[in-house]
Amino acid sequence: MTTILKTHDLSIAFGGVIAVDQVNIEAHDNELIGLIGPNGAGKTTLFNLLTGVYQPTSGTVAMFDGQRLSEMNGLPPHRRAQQGMTRTFQNIRLFTSRTVLENVLIAMTISSPAQTVGALFRTPKFYQQETDKKQRALALLAMFDMANVADELACNLPYGQQRRLEIVRALATKPKILFLDEPAAGMNPQETQALTELIQQVQTQFKMTIILIEHDMNLVMAISQRVYVLEYGKVLASGTPSEIQQHPAVIKAYLGEEI
Amino acid sequence: MSSILQQLLNGVILGSVYALLALGYTMVYGIIKLINFAHGDVYMLGAYFGYFFINVLHLNFFIALVLAMAVSAGVGVVIEFVAYRPLRQSPRIAVLISALGVSFLLENGMSYFFGSDKRAFPQAIATVQYHFGQLQISNIQLLIIGTAVVLMLGLTLIVQKTKMGRAMRAVSADQEAAILMGINVNRTISFTFAIGSALAAAGGVLIGLYYNNIDPLMGMTPGIKAFVAAVLGGIGIIPGAALGGWLIGILETLTQAIGLSDYKDAVVYGILIVILLWKPTGILGKNGREKV
Amino acid sequence: MDRTHLKYTLSWAGLVVMLFVLIAVMTIFDVIGQYGMTTLVLIGINLIAAVGLNLVIGMSGQFSLGHAGFMAVGAYATALIASAIPNIGGFILSLVIGMSVSGVVALLVGIPTLRLRGDYLAIATLGVAEIIRIVIINLKITRGPAGIFGIPNFVNWQVIFGISVIVIALVVNFVRSTTGQAIIAVRDNEIAAASLGINTTKYKVIAFVIGAMLAALAGGLRASFIQSVSPQDYTFMQSITILIIVVLGGIGSMSGTVVTAIILGVLDVILQNFGPLRMVIYAVVLIVVMIFRPKGLLGTSELSLKKLLFDTGDSHDNHSKNA
Repeated sequence: MTTILKTHDLSIAFGGVIAVDQVNIEAHDNELIGLIGPNGAGKTTLFNLLTGVYQPTSGTVAMFDGQRLSEMNGLPPHRRAQQGMTRTFQNIRLFTSRTVLENVLIAMTISSPAQTVGALFRTPKFYQQETDKKQRALALLAMFDMANVADELACNLPYGQQRRLEIVRALATKPKILFLDEPAAGMNPQETQALTELIQQVQTQFKMTIILIEHDMNLVMAISQRVYVLEYGKVLASGTPSEIQQHPAVIKAYLGEEI
Repeated sequence: MSSILQQLLNGVILGSVYALLALGYTMVYGIIKLINFAHGDVYMLGAYFGYFFINVLHLNFFIALVLAMAVSAGVGVVIEFVAYRPLRQSPRIAVLISALGVSFLLENGMSYFFGSDKRAFPQAIATVQYHFGQLQISNIQLLIIGTAVVLMLGLTLIVQKTKMGRAMRAVSADQEAAILMGINVNRTISFTFAIGSALAAAGGVLIGLYYNNIDPLMGMTPGIKAFVAAVLGGIGIIPGAALGGWLIGILETLTQAIGLSDYKDAVVYGILIVILLWKPTGILGKNGREKV
Repeated sequence: MDRTHLKYTLSWAGLVVMLFVLIAVMTIFDVIGQYGMTTLVLIGINLIAAVGLNLVIGMSGQFSLGHAGFMAVGAYATALIASAIPNIGGFILSLVIGMSVSGVVALLVGIPTLRLRGDYLAIATLGVAEIIRIVIINLKITRGPAGIFGIPNFVNWQVIFGISVIVIALVVNFVRSTTGQAIIAVRDNEIAAASLGINTTKYKVIAFVIGAMLAALAGGLRASFIQSVSPQDYTFMQSITILIIVVLGGIGSMSGTVVTAIILGVLDVILQNFGPLRMVIYAVVLIVVMIFRPKGLLGTSELSLKKLLFDTGDSHDNHSKNA
């Protein structure tokens, strides 16, 4: 098992508030990790630190680059994405004015060769590459039952489909680590069930590490191999789902203290 | 040394007028995110109203000033109602073009109906020079600074203490939430335009008195400078506009004093760019973060 | 290239040739006169500048208020170089140099300001354009406020027509390229684009630099055509003129830009008859158009021959969603 992501004493403070406080977590390849905790525990902030949206006040994030763990501090989000980290967002961020297919095509920017000159003069090679790319995007959409809506505008999709598209779009960048920020938020039980299957499908077919923030405990406990519990910006506990469910501090944090 | 002080003083006087104009820009930007390009022309209108009240109706200067402010406030409200309100839900740039249209209309309309030549502004108050050691200041200069300060204090009072002021702050913080709280957003925006336009008109009348002449295009350059002042101080922030206005006034007179008068505007813009690179939200600006 | 692509390309080419022939016939029979010809050339020049600005405003969603500054750079480059080397080679060299200088200035302005979100580019470009103008007024080599006269003319309507067509074709193709699509993605959702590995600043800068280079090209052509340059030609008002073309046409719609450049050019000719009322009418038109068509004449859609000629469906609407 290779460690693919590791943080060391990762912290960030906003003014006087320490939102993430000396967090040490690690993720291995092909692992599905759940990140849970009460509202305001710092889960999304931790994601933002990992993906480069925020820079930490102290501590480091390191990612496996093929040979060793290399530090990513200071790298902006797009550089981290190029190295294989991508994410979805709590509040969906699709390119709403574009079609489903275009959303996926845009995500293939970093993995496809730039062909600006070809595009300017409309060379046959350009059309060939365009067709290839389109076919790959459609194949990816088909894998997640979205090929039939490929030409719909992203903003016209129902909510559950939008979340699904966000995940497919993230996959189009061929990530090594995928961060999912509350993918089941606002979903009904059927949609959540479909999502659970989707995440498992992604993991088996794409062999990648997934880190997931979620409030739906059934979902987290069903699919995670390991779980980190965050409270007040600190790691309260970590372990397998069954260990977490029996962890006294976690029970205390979630259910309150018994008298 | 004394000449530097004298230049600083002149800068503060010019800056007071910029500040009065910048306040309108900053309030309007704060509340509807519009760079109101017609604002400089409201300043021009204000000067013309002042001219009319003094020259034609032979009113006392202060009465003329207050009346010019009141009428311009009305004009500001009408401009917003006709040219900006129908575009409330439209792309921001559409409102901006509409504002440019209003600006062209005021400039060219005034030229068409009243001629594009400079007019002598009536000497409603006889100039008296005072000397403090080497420093020289006229009663009109004192009047400009005094009026600007009084109006700014008044504005601060309105924004901080009155119900309308609270509504203004609420709408500028979050329009949707303000609606839910029962605030009449349209009325608040009208009120903002009224206040901003009144301040601009005061600036126009004062500058007319100071420079002795007015013309239909007199608002163009000060308009842009005042916008720069608002950005420099931190757009949307009221004390920032005052600070920015004075800063630009002082910078301008100082560059003139060191013999770079040909480049004075370039220096102002250069400093603006440098400050924005150092602190993008302006001198008093707070760093806003988009929630991810 | 498959058959349909060939068909679109050929029909566009056909349209362009038809337009060219139409203008040629009008010149031969002297229908539009010298004044009409001049107007036509100036429309083409504004069009080139506006296409560049639309790339910045429409495609990358950044707001530039200093297009005239970049036009001035191109105009003065041509004024100085083409006057020194008065042959076609010198003229082309002057255009290349003007575009390069303009591109470098845009790069220097764009890199720091485009890292930020908000109206910062607008303010910075406003400032830079004014600085450029003030420097031009005060430099000896640019001959101050009077400007430079007697610039050799290498521009006629055919040249402008050809360059406009090439510029429009290249820009439209560029927008559909991976780079162009990335630029639009950054406009639509900057944070999402970054999370997908798109260097948001880089793409905004690319759009801005290309826009500035096209402005310089337009400036250079204009200087040669009217054979003079002066700082008064490149004030804030000139930036606004180009901005209005872009916004009235529909932000992000290249065909809208083309149509509006022509309409405004013609309107300008008609308004000449109104004397001093001209600008008053223009102002009212501006406000009224914005109130009734806040998204511009074409919104974000494009006139599409694909829809016009090849659609078998029920759509007789001549614009399609920008695909």
